[in-house]
Amino acid sequence: MRLDEFIENTGEWLKGTGESANIVMSSRIRLARNLAGTPFPNKASKKELNQILTTVHNAIEQIGYFKNSSLFKISELDNVDKQFLIERHLISHDHATNPDGKAVLISREEVLSLMINEEDHLRIQVMQSGLNLDQTWEIINNIDDALSEFLNFSYSMHWGYLTACPTNTGTAMRGSVMLHLPALVMTKQINKVMAAISKLNFASRGFYGEGTQASGNIYQISNQLSLGHSEQDVLQNIKGLIRQVIEQEEQARQALMLQNKPMLEDKIFRSVGLLRNARIISSQETVDLLSMVRLGTDLGILKNITRKTVNELFITIQPAHLQKIGGKKLNAAERDARRAALIRKKLGGS
Amino acid sequence: MKCDLCNKKATVHLTEIVDDQMSEMHLCEECAREKSVQMEQQFGLSDLLAGLTDFGKQTKTADKVDLKCPTCGITYDDFRKFGRLGCGDCYTAFRTHLSTLLKKIHGSNHHFGKTPKRMPKAAKKKVENLQDLKGKLLEAIQEEDFEKAAVLRDKIREIEANKDNET
Ligand SMILES: [Zn+2]
Ligand SMILES: [Zn+2]
Repeated sequence: MRLDEFIENTGEWLKGTGESANIVMSSRIRLARNLAGTPFPNKASKKELNQILTTVHNAIEQIGYFKNSSLFKISELDNVDKQFLIERHLISHDHATNPDGKAVLISREEVLSLMINEEDHLRIQVMQSGLNLDQTWEIINNIDDALSEFLNFSYSMHWGYLTACPTNTGTAMRGSVMLHLPALVMTKQINKVMAAISKLNFASRGFYGEGTQASGNIYQISNQLSLGHSEQDVLQNIKGLIRQVIEQEEQARQALMLQNKPMLEDKIFRSVGLLRNARIISSQETVDLLSMVRLGTDLGILKNITRKTVNELFITIQPAHLQKIGGKKLNAAERDARRAALIRKKLGGS
Repeated sequence: MKCDLCNKKATVHLTEIVDDQMSEMHLCEECAREKSVQMEQQFGLSDLLAGLTDFGKQTKTADKVDLKCPTCGITYDDFRKFGRLGCGDCYTAFRTHLSTLLKKIHGSNHHFGKTPKRMPKAAKKKVENLQDLKGKLLEAIQEEDFEKAAVLRDKIREIEANKDNET
């Protein structure tokens, strides 16, 4: 599959189904793995990096699960392509820089992405729609087992899986859940909730990258601990925590509906109105309005827009996507116009 | 510049490391105060990594002799500066220091989780056995069967003591 073919679809994880899909956008698990007897990428020479890539590539070719996956060498991609993969949550910012020996393997439905020579030799990622850490774990655990039949992973009896950054060592697993929390933001409870989460050793951050304010009221919550607890225990903990956050958001939504329904409806319908009619729109304005539209859909206030459509727009309104769809480089002003046109098309505007 | 969290004027500028990623934050007074409560919680993690906190102080000057990984050649100072190890053998070379550091971050310095398929059978069995015992220990404690717990604890200690010599 060529990279350009991915533009015709969006990741399976955006389909908007699964447990608590009205609040949980997606579940993701990442595992870091390194090959025994080889320096970590930051210390490996260009030659070693290429050897690692070859070794991993050979293993991948022997595993049936990867039959429908495509491998892309980062050195062969241009800047828009790389940005496109970042926007789709398939590679990290780090992976797009210093391309030596770096590659990414992506499955057709974008359930799996495997970064080679990022901070660790392998960064395996599996994403699913809704709150679905169990199945996500099952998939990634099988992939990891299959890989470990062909690759000799760096592992110590004492420390578990060894990683370039010692804070990941142990399970080398990070589970994260992406949540849409507009009601907690509107009722000004979000900071309280996020402060409580960080006290429990979980990290939270925005949808569009690190440290950004959670645009579109989307928050990503992930575990920090990787030593001393089994993968299943950590995932159960995340699930427990997420269910509490979901409960809080549900309550806040109900409160808004009870106390302030006209205001809420007004906000939601105005947002749809703007999106369906705007001729020029920035990404920041878009995601804020999209958040209201998603809320409207999830509360049954908006009937003709699907959750999937909104989820997909969160991804496709980003700069590299607009340029891929348009088939050429666009400056900021051109993008704002194209963005508005895309949204009108998807939301049935005039 | 506007505050990242609300829309007031940003007066505080922070660099934060979350999930291995460095990011900048621009905050107003009010949000910064709130954030600092959160930061305290994450302090250990972010700052130890950036090498800002001198945890060398705790390990006394005598321990500051140049520890160096014989395989990849990085020194413990390099690690403190960049927050990254160079190879799997660094874990052995810096084991005492890392043990303290990881205990601080994770509250534990022993892996408890899956093992690779390709691991030698005997070693794998030992790890599984150990995890099994730890599970039983937790159960015994929950059931307040402290006699049983003590026996299990000793068994675990014995295995872990051997294990430490092997890695
Ligand atoms: Zn503020
Ligand atoms: Zn080393």
